[in-house]
Amino acid sequence: MLEAYPDNRLSRILLWSFCALVMAFLMLPTMVVVPLSFSSSNLLEFPPRAYSLRWYETLFGSATWMAALRTSLILGALTAMIAVPLGLLACISINRLGGKAAVAIQGVLLTPSIVPGILLAIGLFFVLAAQHLVGTLFGVLVGHVVLAIPVACVVLLPALARFDWNQVQAARSLGANWARAIGGIIVPQLQISLLSATLMAFLTSLDESVISIFVASGQNSTLPKLMFLSLRDQIDPTIAAISTLWTVIVVAVVLIVTLRQKS
Amino acid sequence: MTVLADTALAADARRERRFFLSLSLPALFIVGLAAILPIVWIIRQSFLTTGGEYTVGNYEKVLSSGLTWSALVTTLELSLGTLAICILLGTPLALALASARPRVANLLMAFVMLPLWTSILVRTYGWLVLLRRDGLINAALTGSGLTAEPLPLVYNFTGTLIGMVHYMLPLFLLPVYAAMRDIDANLIRASASMGATLGQAIRTVILPLSAGGIFSGSIIVFIYTIGFFITPAVLGGGKVNPLSIRIERTLSTFQDWGSASVLGILLLILMALMGVMFLAARRLIAGRKVGTAHA
Repeated sequence: MLEAYPDNRLSRILLWSFCALVMAFLMLPTMVVVPLSFSSSNLLEFPPRAYSLRWYETLFGSATWMAALRTSLILGALTAMIAVPLGLLACISINRLGGKAAVAIQGVLLTPSIVPGILLAIGLFFVLAAQHLVGTLFGVLVGHVVLAIPVACVVLLPALARFDWNQVQAARSLGANWARAIGGIIVPQLQISLLSATLMAFLTSLDESVISIFVASGQNSTLPKLMFLSLRDQIDPTIAAISTLWTVIVVAVVLIVTLRQKS
Repeated sequence: MTVLADTALAADARRERRFFLSLSLPALFIVGLAAILPIVWIIRQSFLTTGGEYTVGNYEKVLSSGLTWSALVTTLELSLGTLAICILLGTPLALALASARPRVANLLMAFVMLPLWTSILVRTYGWLVLLRRDGLINAALTGSGLTAEPLPLVYNFTGTLIGMVHYMLPLFLLPVYAAMRDIDANLIRASASMGATLGQAIRTVILPLSAGGIFSGSIIVFIYTIGFFITPAVLGGGKVNPLSIRIERTLSTFQDWGSASVLGILLLILMALMGVMFLAARRLIAGRKVGTAHA
């Protein structure tokens, strides 16, 4: 963009060194956690003097951490399984209706992502408390589903806009019912977008912490909740180990999405 | 005959519309259940005593407490502080990325996105390790002789702000980068050929044309930071108490659901007020653009 100013070398060097610093700032916290998880000492020294796998052993040997990891993965999968079909149906509705109705539906579906998480969390806590459902997996699940629906829609709406609706009309006029038209024509053609939406919904649930902190408890504590509680009490390198594992899982999912979209 | 066919068609179209409307009902239902009902419940709860009777006592109690007002101030300080730093750091970064070759820009964007895909708790932990008294940053500062004593960088306002800027910067960057990418390079060539210096080109061409992106980025920063909870809870070390922290403490330490609800409503009002201000500002900016075009 700035090729019209080729001889401004000094300002270019200044701009890029500034950028390097900002990028370093962005990368630093993640980068520091990974080596720390392989430290052999229980001090948070950086760089570690000697390396070992002891924190991973502690982590995999801990029933609490493993239960939380399992809860989070199950919760993520359930969230994706509910949010994506609901999101797809809502997107078909938005796509076909158009006009004011579509804007209104989109507006309602977006509310959860605009309202501060802490408000959703305490409100949900009140509602669930009235039904004696605080601490159940169900409570966290509905919270995660409403956060994941807009995420799924962001992926699915543009895909539906490219979809040729005449195909559905042809199928309908040949006698296919709606379930068959949606399942047999729309779903197969949106396969890649649906996969992306599923993974994004999964990640949304995996990453969510505030609702979990307020609504999940005991057996159903999610990984972010457990990490939050440990960060407040003590910070030993076990958290570095779970952090590294966590980041690897998420980056793997993101890579799958990106590569799928490219191919 | 045609009239009959027309009414039949119209009835068909109506039926189809109803069907499409019904497709969004499951999603709307669950959003109503898990997002809108909770907000309504907070409003209801704010008027109830612990015994479940109607009262305005919660409002009197919360609004007459000095803690509430200092929480309000802290919330705004954190939010606007984060916004200011994001603009200062993010705009030059977006400019550099937009002026880089596409390949380089894509690679760098991947690095910018990495923190976005890292759990906020992982990042907060990273900052705890980096900012401690004997952490990497303080070691570098004292080692290089920049400071004699380790600085108190964490469990205070500074640490909270660092953590929040780190969370928001990639989200701020995205719309600004997109806006700058879309600027027609010919405009900058034109300004160069007419003798504008680089600084003038940035000030009079690039920045006005990316104002929309900076504006969207600012709204995103604001929406996220106003209710930020994890970062102040961990990096604030109990000394930084925005509204979100006061809500949590009122709820879990004092079990005072009514007051926690009132604080939640204050947060909602603050959001609505700032939303109105942002919209007014946007109208002002748009109006000025039209004005210069006519001049």
